[in-house]
Order: sequence, then structure tokens, then C-alpha cells
Amino acid sequence: MAILRFAVFRLVTMLITLLVVSVMIFIIINLPPGDYLSNQINELRATGQSSGIDKAEFLRREYSLDQPLWKQYMIWMGFLPGPYGFAGMIQGEFGWSFEFDKPVADLVGGALWMTVLVNLAAVLFIYAIALPLGVIAAARSKTWIDYTSAFVGYLGLATPNFLLALILFYYGNRYLNLPIGGLMDPKFEGEPMTFEKMKSVLVHLIIPTFVIGTSGAAAMMQRLRANLLDELGKPYVETARAKGMKESAMLVKYPLRVAFNPFVADIGTLLPSLVSGSVLVSVVLGLQTIGPVLLTALKSQDLFLSAFVLMFVALLTLIGTLVSDVLLALLDPRIRFGGREK
Amino acid sequence: MFTRKQRLAPEREGIWGEAGELGVSALLTVENLTIGFGDAAPVVDDVNFSVQPGETLALVGESGSGKTLSCRAALRILPEMAQVRSGRVLFPGRGDGALINLMDVSERHMCRIRGERISMIFQEPMRSLSPLHRIGNQVTEVLRLHKNIDRAEQRKRVLAMFERVGFKDPDRVYDSYPFELSGGMRQRAMIAMAMVGKPELLIADEPTTALDVTTQAQVLGLIKDLQKDFGMAVVLVTHDLGVVANMADSVVVMNRGRVVESGPAPLILNDPRHGYTRDLMAAAPEIPATPMDKDKESDRDYILEMRNVSKTFTLKGSSPWKPRTVVHAVRGIEFGVERGKTLAVVGESGSGKTTCARMALAAERADPGAEILFRAQTGGETVDLQKLDNADRLAFQRKAQMVFQDPYSTLNPRMRVKDALTEPMEIHGIGTNADRTARAVEMLRWVGLSENMLTRYPHAFSGGQRQRLSIARALMLGPTFLVCDEPTSALDVSVQEQVLQLLEEIRDRLNLSYLFISHDLAVVARIADEVAVMRAGLVVEQGPPDQLFYNPQHPYTKALIAAQPEPDINRPINLRIVAQGAGEPSSWPEAFRFDGLDTPPLTVTGPGHKVRRYA
Repeated sequence: MAILRFAVFRLVTMLITLLVVSVMIFIIINLPPGDYLSNQINELRATGQSSGIDKAEFLRREYSLDQPLWKQYMIWMGFLPGPYGFAGMIQGEFGWSFEFDKPVADLVGGALWMTVLVNLAAVLFIYAIALPLGVIAAARSKTWIDYTSAFVGYLGLATPNFLLALILFYYGNRYLNLPIGGLMDPKFEGEPMTFEKMKSVLVHLIIPTFVIGTSGAAAMMQRLRANLLDELGKPYVETARAKGMKESAMLVKYPLRVAFNPFVADIGTLLPSLVSGSVLVSVVLGLQTIGPVLLTALKSQDLFLSAFVLMFVALLTLIGTLVSDVLLALLDPRIRFGGREK
Repeated sequence: MFTRKQRLAPEREGIWGEAGELGVSALLTVENLTIGFGDAAPVVDDVNFSVQPGETLALVGESGSGKTLSCRAALRILPEMAQVRSGRVLFPGRGDGALINLMDVSERHMCRIRGERISMIFQEPMRSLSPLHRIGNQVTEVLRLHKNIDRAEQRKRVLAMFERVGFKDPDRVYDSYPFELSGGMRQRAMIAMAMVGKPELLIADEPTTALDVTTQAQVLGLIKDLQKDFGMAVVLVTHDLGVVANMADSVVVMNRGRVVESGPAPLILNDPRHGYTRDLMAAAPEIPATPMDKDKESDRDYILEMRNVSKTFTLKGSSPWKPRTVVHAVRGIEFGVERGKTLAVVGESGSGKTTCARMALAAERADPGAEILFRAQTGGETVDLQKLDNADRLAFQRKAQMVFQDPYSTLNPRMRVKDALTEPMEIHGIGTNADRTARAVEMLRWVGLSENMLTRYPHAFSGGQRQRLSIARALMLGPTFLVCDEPTSALDVSVQEQVLQLLEEIRDRLNLSYLFISHDLAVVARIADEVAVMRAGLVVEQGPPDQLFYNPQHPYTKALIAAQPEPDINRPINLRIVAQGAGEPSSWPEAFRFDGLDTPPLTVTGPGHKVRRYA
């Protein structure tokens, strides 16, 4: 039950953090002078198109951009009524994208799930690669296995992602007939989910996952190896050996279990770095994730769109840390029972 | 260099021949074992010994003597870089009892021997158990690995073993994590783990070195009892001849990777032949057997006086709505350090002795109402350490310095000796660079080190040398008062002896006064002019050493003295006295008993001798 209480407590702190983050995002986006609409009005004025100006002025009022900043924030979040009553983030109204002239929700709806999908695949890939390789490298440290995996790992770290992407596209297409670019066959876009569509998505995921995951996997593997090597020198490992445990069983039960802590704690930081790190890759690979959208939105000061995307990334980060904190508490009794009475 | 034959006294060989000659009757026989690292000279060199079934063999030596490697070779759990260059370790096989060489058998076979037939206890109970697994899980594992019995039976046997090693509530321990148990309790759990498979041979590698002296006595008693019950043989690795005298049937003394002397324990301890064994015997600290006469001056010149000193810590509850717990670390201390003398504060971990030391250095403020008075000179100005302003504090720090317990972590590994030594003078802005260096050279000479060590880094020094360095550093500012916090407990016995000697010399030469913190009565017996024994934050007995050691009144003091292992076969540890005094204060005899905050007063029972008891 202690663990449930802990999870609830962490959930509450997460919501508070999210609130603070929303304030900071809103302030930072508004730091550069002007906004999308005033830029557009100026441009229209300069070219003498007055009809456009009216529409822009209308939008300004509609979205309360003529109000002071704190009021704008309150209306955006849905704490204060705007011109049409409460219609903010907490009511599920994400606002209007001026750049694309569409509601934000319609614009990013599909991309959101694709982002989650691509990053989840990358995280799974990272753990699936780093765990066995890191353990083998530590257990057979200073042998050819260790050196080879380190070499491949450093190659993965050192190669720029987009370059790797281009190379893989070329050879993947030529020898394995893998598709180039996109996250699904164009004919499935906007179609409801079917088995065929899912297959197409999975085939398209292979190369992006590999590209986004390689450097993370290499770094994670080296970290796990170092942690595990540290643990292997601890007296409790010797105790386990003296009990007569087989080396492999001993390794998995004791030192790996302890070395796992930082491994799990990494989930929290892995997600955001993947999302922001994969922007360039997404552009190069033509993935319909949220990365390229964020890039355009920030460039054109598209207030609601960029705020929404940043909030989404923040949410992913916080969920990541929440998951890793709860997992850590489950894994490590010292965290769980730190305050248990003797 | 002598050859091996010459080093063994000839008449000993009749009683204690070459290991191989004992033939079938021996349980474990180590023959010509040589172990080395890389291309370097061997660290274990042609070692021979054998263990008879049911006997206790002590492997004695200082750190680096190769004793640990020799016994680990029997389980083949040597460090990865170590190579066994030659030699055999013979152990009877299952069934026919034919001898097998453990150096040759397959790893699979070895796994069946480890834990099942030979088990091991390690030095550091705090780190030898996995922090993430329940005690029960870790102990039951031995049965899971080696015995083909169902879960219920496994649990039953483990619980029975827990009860046997002295856990009052075996079920609770079974579900506990190691961090929830004290050091002594963890070592009991380790013993349970080693014993639950009913091995024929137990290897105990310094099993009590990390424990308080009273806990040590109880753990040693437990090993002895279990050995009797199960009829197993024990290889006890230790540097403490006192432990050897209490435990061993036969002794192997090792120095620099070689066996220098071996034989039955009474013979070796009563009449050591080899010079190295004699040195070890001489260095072992001992509580002297006859009182020394000392005149008592009536009015005392205190350099530091503590009056009505208490310290409470408030701990945050485990969650915000739980009440805070108040810990009484030190309660109503009244004592003083005489000028030029040593006051020793003795107690187990958690007794409040370190808090005392911190308050004596003004590093910790006592609870309101306390007075801690410091007089730098006789008849000089008195400062109250409770009310220091910044300037006073700086002046006080020049006069009072500290020598720490662990010489390995108190010297910055990236600072040369010269920088480490001159730093205090730099901080206080004393002298020019040349003055500081000259002072550093002088201090090095005083502590028996040479000038050319100034440019070296701490890693180039041994533990004893490092402790000399920290003493030199403490002396740099010309203090009059030194707080020594267990300055010898991390050192080997012979080095310990040298450091104590040095501290005595310096004290007499510079008329220094020491507040000496220790958990070891024997160390204190040698250096102290007055001893205060602490338990649970209270001074339970206080007096000059001759009073305290020959006429101990308090059950806890008696337990401390009884628990001290002495290198004398005829004075074994009396576990009954230890158990009585080392228990909770609520289990002491009526006159001394207390529970909670209501405690008996400190009653004067003789000249300078005070005991906490009801009259």
C-alpha cells in the first residue's frame, strides 16, 4: 500500500510541476517581440491588403491576444473565461494554429500518436540492445567481446543521426526493399486503422527506430557496463559466489539487480532527449511526428501550436520520470522502506 | 633469508609435521600454494597448512600477509588477476572420501562444494549482503542451490537456524532487508547463511574486525558453539591474537606471503619461537593485570571542562504527519580533560562518544544550559565554546585540533604532503612560505617521517604513515589540545602500537592534552589517565584506569573488559558477563537499571571513581 500512496503523491507533484512548466512555456514563447498576428498585420499593412487585416484583428480579439499577458495565460489554460467562456487547455481546447489556419487539435492529432509510437519503439530498441550487450561487456570485461561492443557503440555515438539515416535508407531500400521516408504508405494516410495499415507502419518504423535509438543504446550500454563492473567488485558478489551459485545466475540475481537502478532512472531523461533529438531526424526522414511541426511553429511564432507541442513534450518527460520513480521504488526496498520503523 | 626448515623450530616438526604427512585424517590440506599477480613476486609463497575435522585453525598475520588469499584459494574465489602458480588444495570428495585437488576440479563441481561443504563468512557484514534482497531470500538460497527440499521445509530450516544464531524474532528477520539490521545482526545473518547448509568447513575471514568489542565477543562465542554442535572445522583468518587465543586449536602465522610459524595454539601463544610472532604478541594491546599506583593531585587544572552537556537531535518523521523523534545522543555529561593528560571516552557505536568529541571542538553546539569551558593556558582566559564569535572560533581552532579515524580518506589524494601540511597555516595566515615549509619539515621529523616525503602524494604511504601525516597536520598550528577519534582502529596491531607510542611521546614532549575516543578498552588502557565509559549517551562509569580496570563496578564496563580478547589461552572470554552487560540498559541488575529518560545518578564510589547506580 505504501507504494500506492507514493504513486499518488508523485502524481500530485507531477501535476503541480506541469502547471509551473505551463507558465514558463507561455512566458518563454512570448519573450521575443511581437506575435504571429501582429507580424502578419504589419506585413499586410506594408502590402496594403486591408481585408486580411480585418481577419487578423478579429482573430486577435477572438483569442484574447489584445489582453495583458497574465490574462492571456489564464484564458489559454482555461482558468478565466475568454470571449466564448471557458475554453482552454484543461477544457481540452488547444487553440488555433495561425500558420496552418486549422485548430491545433486537428493539426497534431495524428502526429501525436506517431510521436509516441516512434519514441516508444526507440526506447524499447535502446533497452533491448543495451541490456544484453552491457551485461556481456561487463561480465567479459577486457576481452574481445567487450572491445568489439565498445567499438560498435562508439561508432553509433559518433555517427551523426541524419547521416546514418541516409545511409540506412539507401542500403535498406536496395537490399531489403525497405520503404524510404514517411511512417506509412501514402495510400493509408487519413484512413482508419486496418491490419494492412498497421503492417505498413511497422515496416516504416524499422529504420527510424534504429537511427533514433543507436546513440542512446550505445551510451546506455556503456553506462550499464560501468555500473555493473562497479557492482561486481562489491563483497556481496563474493558472498553469492561462496554460496555456490553459478556465475550467470549470480550475475543476474545480485549485481545486475543493483546496477539496474540507474538504468531505470534513465527512462525519465531518455524520453525528452529522444523527442527533441529526433526533430532533425524526423525532418530528414520525412516522419509525420510532432518534431517538424514544432520547428515550423517556433519559427513563425505560432503561439498556441508551439505552446501545445512544448506542453506535450513536458508531459512526456514528467510521465517518464513518474514511471521511473515508481519503478525504482518497486525495485529498491531502500527507497520503499527508507522510513520504515525498526 | 632463512629457509623454511630453519624457521620452524626442529622439535615442532614432530608435533606438527609437513601438512602432507598427516594424510587422510586432514579435512583440508594446502600444499606448496603459491599465488601471484602478473609478473610480480608471489604474494603467497609456498604455503602449507592443514585443518583436521572439527578443529579451529587460525591464520594470523597483518594485512598484506597473504592470509586472506590463502584461504580464499580453498574456495577458488580469488581476485580475477590472481594466478595460482603452483600448489594443491586437497579436500575429501563426496562418497569414497578420496582426496581431490580443488585447484583442478571443474567450475561446476566447485559450485557444488561452495556453500554446501565449505562455506565462508566475510569481514564486512554491512556490505556482504545484497542490499536489495530480503535476508530470508539470501539465506534460503543456499538450500535452494544444494538441497533438494520443498519451500516449506527450506523456510523451516532457515527459521530454525535464525533462532540458533540468536535472533529473537526469526520471522521478522526473514522478511527484513539488510539495511534494517545492525552490524552484529547482519553478521549473525551471514553466519546463519554459512551454517544452514551444514558445511564441513567454515572459513571465517576477519569475521569480527568490523564489530564492537562486546558484539565481537558474542559473535565469536556463537561461532564456537555452532562448531561444537555441528562438528565442523573452522579456518579463522584474523590479525588479532586475542581472538586466536579464544578460538583456535592450532595457529599458522603468516608474514609477507610465507608461513613463519605454525603449531598447536597453546604452544605458539605461550612460547612463540619466531621473531615475527613475538613482535605480534608484544604489540597486542592488553589490559594490564596489576594496578599501577598513581598519586592523585587534589585540585586539577582542566584545559577543557564539560558541564551539564546534553545534545538532542530531532529526526524528521517518516512522513510529514508522523511525529518527529527526538534522539538523546548525549545526556548530562560532566567531565574535564586535565592539562597534559589524556581523557579517554570509551563506548560502542551509537553511545554518543563522537558527538562528545564534536562538541569539544565546537563543531557542534550542545543543548542550551551546557557549559563547555576551554582554558588555553593555566590560569589563562576561559572561553565558553557555546558562545564563540567568529574571531574567538578562529583563535580556538588554532589551539584545538583533531586526528581522524580513517587515514585513507582524511588526506586529499590530489594534494602533496607539503600542501596538506601547510594548508592549516595558510588558512590562518601564519608565516611566509619558507616558514610554513620549515614547520612542515619539523613536524614530519617529529612524527618519524623524513623530509624527502614532502613532495609525495598520500597514496605512496602506508596506513600507519598516513596516520603519522594526519598527526603532523594536526600539530602544524601548535595546538595545546587534540581530539583523537579512534586514531588506531583502522590500523594493524603492530602499527597501532607505534602510533600510540608516537601519540604518547608527543603529548609528553609538548605538554598536549588529549580527548581520546575509542571503542577499544585495551588501547585506552595504555594511553589514558582517566577513562569515561559511555552507553546510550550517558557516562556509566568514570575513573582512573587502575580503578576502572581492577575494580569495575558497572555491568557494562565489566562486559567491555570481559569481551576484550586477550592473547592468553588461560583467560578466555566470559560470555555470561558480556551478555549481561552488553544487553539493553533495562536488563541490567536493579541498582543500575534504567529505561527511557529516568536514570540513576552518577555516584562516587571511591577516589575519582564514579558509577551510575542507585545508592
